[in-house]
Amino acid sequence: MKNYPNEMLKKLFKRMYLIRYFEEQAAVLYQKGHIAGFCHLYIGEEAVAEGVSENVTAKDSIITSYRDHGHIILAGVEPRKVMAELTGRIGGISKGKGGSMHMFSKEHNFYGGHGIVGASTPIGTGLAFAHKYREDGGICFAFIGDGAVNQGQVYESFNMASLWELPILYVIENNHYALGTAIKRGCATTNLSIRGSGFDIPGKQADGMNVFAVLEAVKECAEYVRNGNGPMILELDTYRYRGHSMSDPAKYRTREEVEKVKETRDPIKTIKIEMQKAGIPESEIDTIEREVIAIVDDAADFALKSPIPEDSELYTDMLI
Amino acid sequence: MGLKNIAVREALRDAMAEEMRRDPNVFLMGEEVAEYNGSYKVSMGLLDEFGPKRVIDTPITEMGFSGIGVGAAYAGLRPIVEFMSFNFAMQAIDQIINSASKVLYMSGGDIKCPIVFRGANGPSMRLAAQHSQCYASWYGHCPGMKVVAPFFADDMKGLLKASIRDENPVVFLENELLYGMKFDVPEDDDYLVEVGKARVVRQGKDVTLVSFSYGMKYLMDAKDALTDAGIDPEIIDLRTIRPLDIDTILESLKKTNRLVVVEQGLPFAGIASEIAMQVMEKGFDLLDAPVLRVTAEDVHVPYAERLEQISIPNTQKILAAVRNVMGK
Repeated sequence: MKNYPNEMLKKLFKRMYLIRYFEEQAAVLYQKGHIAGFCHLYIGEEAVAEGVSENVTAKDSIITSYRDHGHIILAGVEPRKVMAELTGRIGGISKGKGGSMHMFSKEHNFYGGHGIVGASTPIGTGLAFAHKYREDGGICFAFIGDGAVNQGQVYESFNMASLWELPILYVIENNHYALGTAIKRGCATTNLSIRGSGFDIPGKQADGMNVFAVLEAVKECAEYVRNGNGPMILELDTYRYRGHSMSDPAKYRTREEVEKVKETRDPIKTIKIEMQKAGIPESEIDTIEREVIAIVDDAADFALKSPIPEDSELYTDMLI
Repeated sequence: MGLKNIAVREALRDAMAEEMRRDPNVFLMGEEVAEYNGSYKVSMGLLDEFGPKRVIDTPITEMGFSGIGVGAAYAGLRPIVEFMSFNFAMQAIDQIINSASKVLYMSGGDIKCPIVFRGANGPSMRLAAQHSQCYASWYGHCPGMKVVAPFFADDMKGLLKASIRDENPVVFLENELLYGMKFDVPEDDDYLVEVGKARVVRQGKDVTLVSFSYGMKYLMDAKDALTDAGIDPEIIDLRTIRPLDIDTILESLKKTNRLVVVEQGLPFAGIASEIAMQVMEKGFDLLDAPVLRVTAEDVHVPYAERLEQISIPNTQKILAAVRNVMGK
C-alpha cells in the first residue's frame, strides 16, 4: 500500500463513516415506521462507493441500481435530501416520488437509482455513448451487482461497449448474495471479472473491503478507460452486513460468516487502524465521528420535518 | 406552399433528415438503419449524409440498444431508436416503460428522456403471429410518454418531426403496408403537426368513424360502400393515441350521435374499449346507440391467407357495424 497523507486518510474515513452512520439511522427510521417499502442498506460495502468516488471527475457520470444511498451521497447530494426521499417528503431529492430505489441528480451527473436488476447497465452504456458522442472527455462508472451479472442485457451492453469502444468502467459489486442466492448457486462461473472476456473487455479483481485497494484498482482501470481503450470491468469483492433489504432476515447465511467478515475485513475498522498507524490522534477521529453524527442527525431531523408532498404533486412531473 | 406526392417512407426519412440537420444531438440507431438503408428503406441516404457517428447500425439486441438510447437521452442527446418491428420491441419493453417513461416522475422532474422509439407495428401480409401484433394499446396504457400512430404521409412527417423535438419519450408506430403508399406532403422543411390532435378527414352527419394508423385504410376503403348505401360518415384519424384527443370525438358526436371505432389491434382492453369508456364518461347523453367496434379478431394473427383476411377488419365488417349502430 502506498503512503496516503493524513488528510486523505481522514477524508476517506469521514466519507465511509458517513455512509455507515447514515444507513444505521435509516434502519432506525425504518423500524420506527418513518421509512417504508423496499430499503436496501449499504452497510459493509462503504469502501466500494468511496474508493470509486475518489476517482470520479466533474466530467464523468455515475449510475447504479437500487442500493444507492451511499453512491448518491458520495456523488455530492446532501444527506438530508437523501434521507427526506427515504421518508417520502417533498424535500427529498426526487420530491418523495422515487423513494429509496429511485434517486437521481443531474447536477451531480448521478443517473439513478434503478429498481430493475440489470437495467441500469445498458443505460450506463448509453451515458458512455453520450460521452463519446460529445467528445467531452468524461467516462461512465456503472455499478453492477453480482445478481445483475446474469442478466442478458448486461452482455448486450458489453458487446456494444466493446464494439464501439465506449468509455465505461463496469464496477461489479460482488457482495456474494443475489438477495438470498449465494453466488455459487446462481453463477456458473464465479470469477465475475472475466465475464467480459468473450467481448475482449479486460477485467480485474480487487478487495472491495479495503478502500485503498479499491482506490488503486479504480485509478488504474479508470485511466485505461480514459485513455480511449474502451470499456473495462472491475470486480470488487465486498459484503453486506444487513439483509438484502430491510424486509430480509438473511437466514441463508450463518451469523458466524457475517461476524467473521465484520471482525477481519470491516472497511471502517481497517482505515481506523491505518489512521492510528499514521499517528492521527484518537481525539481527531472522535471529532470526525461527531461531525458525521451531526450531519446525519440533521438529515434525519430534516427528513421528519420536511412536509409530505401536496396532493397537487400527484400529477406533476408526468410530462414536460 | 407547394405539395409533393411522396411515399410514407420518404416522408419519414425527410423528417429525420431535417431534424438531424437542425440539431446535432439527434441521431438514429437500430438494426440495418445505416449501411442497408433501413430494413424497409426508411433511412435511405441518411448514412451518406450524416455518417456512421449519427446513423448507427446496432447488433440484433433490442433490449441493449434501447437501454443505450435511454441513457444517451438522460445525458441530453435526442436518440431515434428504430425497431425493425414493434414485435421485437417486446424484448425492450422494460427499457421503454421502466427506464424511459418513468424517469421524469421518479426523479421529481430532474431527469428527462427525449427519445423516439419508432418502427413498423401491426399486421402486414402473411407474417403470422410473431411479426403482426399491434401494440398501440400496450403503450397507450402507460402514462409518462406519448404514443403516435399516423396514417397520411404529411402527418407522418409533421408528427415525427414534432416527436423528435418533444422533451418526452415518444413511441411512434408505423406500419409496413403504409411505407409504400403515396400522399401529398407540403414542401416545407419546418412542417410540424402537433402531437395529441386528431384530424377530421371527412365531414359527415350520420355516424362518427374513428381509427388510426393502418386502420384508417379500412375506413378509406369502406367510405364509398357507405356513401353508396346512403350513409354520410364523419371520419376521424386519431393520429395520436396518447394523449387521446377525446374532445374531437365528442364534438363530432354532437352531430352524429353514433360511433364506431375501427382498429387493427385486439379487442380486449384495446383503443376502441378506451374510447367507448371515455365517451360514456364524458358524452353519454350524446349517444343514440351503444358504441360499436371493429377490431382484429381475438386470436393470434394466422399465416394462412384466408384466415389472415378474416382475422382483420374489412369493409363488410365496418358496413355491418355502421348499419347496426344506425339501426338499419
